[in-house]
Amino acid sequence: MSAGDSDNWAGIHRGRRTAPGEWLAEKAIFLISLSAIILVFLIFAFILRESLPIFLGTMNSSASRKVIQPSEMHTISREALRAYLEMPAGEFAEMDDETLKLMMEVKLEAAAEAPEDKDAKVNTASWSLMLKPHQWTGYDKPEYIWQPVSEIHKYNLIPLLVGTLKTTLVAMLFAVPLSLLAAIYVSQLASARHREWLKPAIEMLSGIPSVVLGFFALIVMATVLQKVFGYQSRLNAFVAGIALGLAIIPVVFSISEDALTSVPPSYPQAALALGASRWQAAWQVVLPAAMPGVFAATVLGFGRAIGETMIVLMASGNASIMGWDILDSTRTITATIAAELAEAVFGGHHYRILFALGTMLFAVSFLTNLAGDLITHRLKKQLEGKP
Amino acid sequence: MRASHFGTSVAPHIWEPATNRMIRLTLSIAFGVVALTAIAVRADSITAKGSDTLVILAQKWAEVYMAEHPNTKIQVTGGGSGTGFAALQNHTTDLCNASRPIKSKEVLACIKVFRKRPTEYKVALDGLSVYVNESNPVRSLTVAQLKDIFTGRTENWKEVGGEDAPIVLYSRENSSGTYEFFKQSILDGADYSARAQTMPGTAAVLQAVGKDTNGIGYGGVAYGSGARALPVSKAAGLPAIAPTEENVVNGSYPIWRYLYIYVNPALDTGEIAHYLNWIRSDAGQDIVKNVGYFPLPKASRN
Repeated sequence: MSAGDSDNWAGIHRGRRTAPGEWLAEKAIFLISLSAIILVFLIFAFILRESLPIFLGTMNSSASRKVIQPSEMHTISREALRAYLEMPAGEFAEMDDETLKLMMEVKLEAAAEAPEDKDAKVNTASWSLMLKPHQWTGYDKPEYIWQPVSEIHKYNLIPLLVGTLKTTLVAMLFAVPLSLLAAIYVSQLASARHREWLKPAIEMLSGIPSVVLGFFALIVMATVLQKVFGYQSRLNAFVAGIALGLAIIPVVFSISEDALTSVPPSYPQAALALGASRWQAAWQVVLPAAMPGVFAATVLGFGRAIGETMIVLMASGNASIMGWDILDSTRTITATIAAELAEAVFGGHHYRILFALGTMLFAVSFLTNLAGDLITHRLKKQLEGKP
Repeated sequence: MRASHFGTSVAPHIWEPATNRMIRLTLSIAFGVVALTAIAVRADSITAKGSDTLVILAQKWAEVYMAEHPNTKIQVTGGGSGTGFAALQNHTTDLCNASRPIKSKEVLACIKVFRKRPTEYKVALDGLSVYVNESNPVRSLTVAQLKDIFTGRTENWKEVGGEDAPIVLYSRENSSGTYEFFKQSILDGADYSARAQTMPGTAAVLQAVGKDTNGIGYGGVAYGSGARALPVSKAAGLPAIAPTEENVVNGSYPIWRYLYIYVNPALDTGEIAHYLNWIRSDAGQDIVKNVGYFPLPKASRN
């Protein structure tokens, strides 16, 4: 009885038997949340595994390599043969001689088709050729070239990186000031009646599927913007950037509006009491107080913009031009992966380089999201007055 | 009082074996059902996977063949030739539709599994057209001029008899068999100009050329408002040939290619062999015309 007294306090049983339904629900929720984390890790492990040979530099994509005649099959060591056929040891052990000979014949045929070219022997999937310009046969000067489907596979990543940054930059320049001003207006200046329909209206933009935005950009915006500005190529980084901006406006707006609203009302009230106008209070008092949140919104918008695929695939023209002119057609990393992966030879160098691009994108996206989260956290602590 | 203490700690143990048993039972039933359906579907069905170029044609073939042979089920999916070859070696598809010939790396992967080369069947002809805007005064181009235009050496229409305006290039994605084929046969393997914009399909190329008075693009046989197909001559001085069925099938039009189906030789018996024969018969080849490709010449049907 004494134990019962300590377990029963104010009508609450400490040791109450958990109902089986509750127990199951609790475990199920736990498993689901755990599986989400495991899934993220699995995805990262998978893309990393597929791209690891590129990062380690063990992938060779040279078009022409040393050939071993099928007749010499028994004169070379088994290990040399295995290395020549690029097979793991376990798989190699299962092969009979006839199959191995057939594979050597195919290698020989492939070598006969390889181009006679000074570049045929270089490994184009090496880091130096993926990052530095190279003077390929048929070009007048060293250039950054992304031409993966070619006799000599040219895998320079710089045009894609530049293309991605170009469109993202245009999107940020277009979307951040607009959504920030909208957020200031909605949270600080608008009357309650206006705020009631303005906020959901702007956030409704996020309800438009990106493929619809891309389609709209491809058909309507490209034509209208070309007529207004009169530039040469209809689809370019500018059009794609504006469309991308429309996609990130709700992200940036929504988070910075939250940050601005969570600034204690006593701040602007104090400013107003000291004779500041409403605009001055919003711009010089509330905005600085909400700065970390606004910064987090920008960072999250950047993460969304750099990872967005469908809009840039449809509206950027996808030409891998190297240069910073935003009125040129441009090719982004995401669009490249989406467009090229289906036809790449599975496990081949092209496939692995696309996965390496995916890994880089994942890292950038993950880091920006993490940074955004950390900053939001800090802001919350600051505003709650905790150290 | 002891009992109430046990209540918290024992209850999970009572529950665990029961749930475990239930989970195991459910799982084994689920696996059993999946395995059974897999076997049942496998029994009289053919799967075909691969090139998106071929998907409409392959679906049409499947539809007509299934109407004639109600006991056979044929499933057609796209995804790209590369996806098709990967599926072929994983045994997840019986037939691989391909708009390009198989590559040596893919042959090697297939040999590892089949112990033989995959069998190649040519199943149709595809003629590629070169499209320009309707208002473009240029009436025809030679293969050499096309090469200079698409590699970026010729940058202005006046160099090929047009107006003084820059040439805007519309190409296909490099994952497309069309891209690779045009590169091999017209560009002699040289790189496309980096300025070439890439479009997701022939329809998109046509739409872009139709809107751009200085545009030029290429693609399968199709119709689009504002764009027209340009006759092509093999060399300067030779007659320019339009991409009509007659000219493509007799080989006088210079830009055409084969479309293929690949199959594991061990599976090429019974219903699958019958289906492949039917595709290359008159009945199968008549369907080819309806979806914008050209039938194989009689000589290359085997």
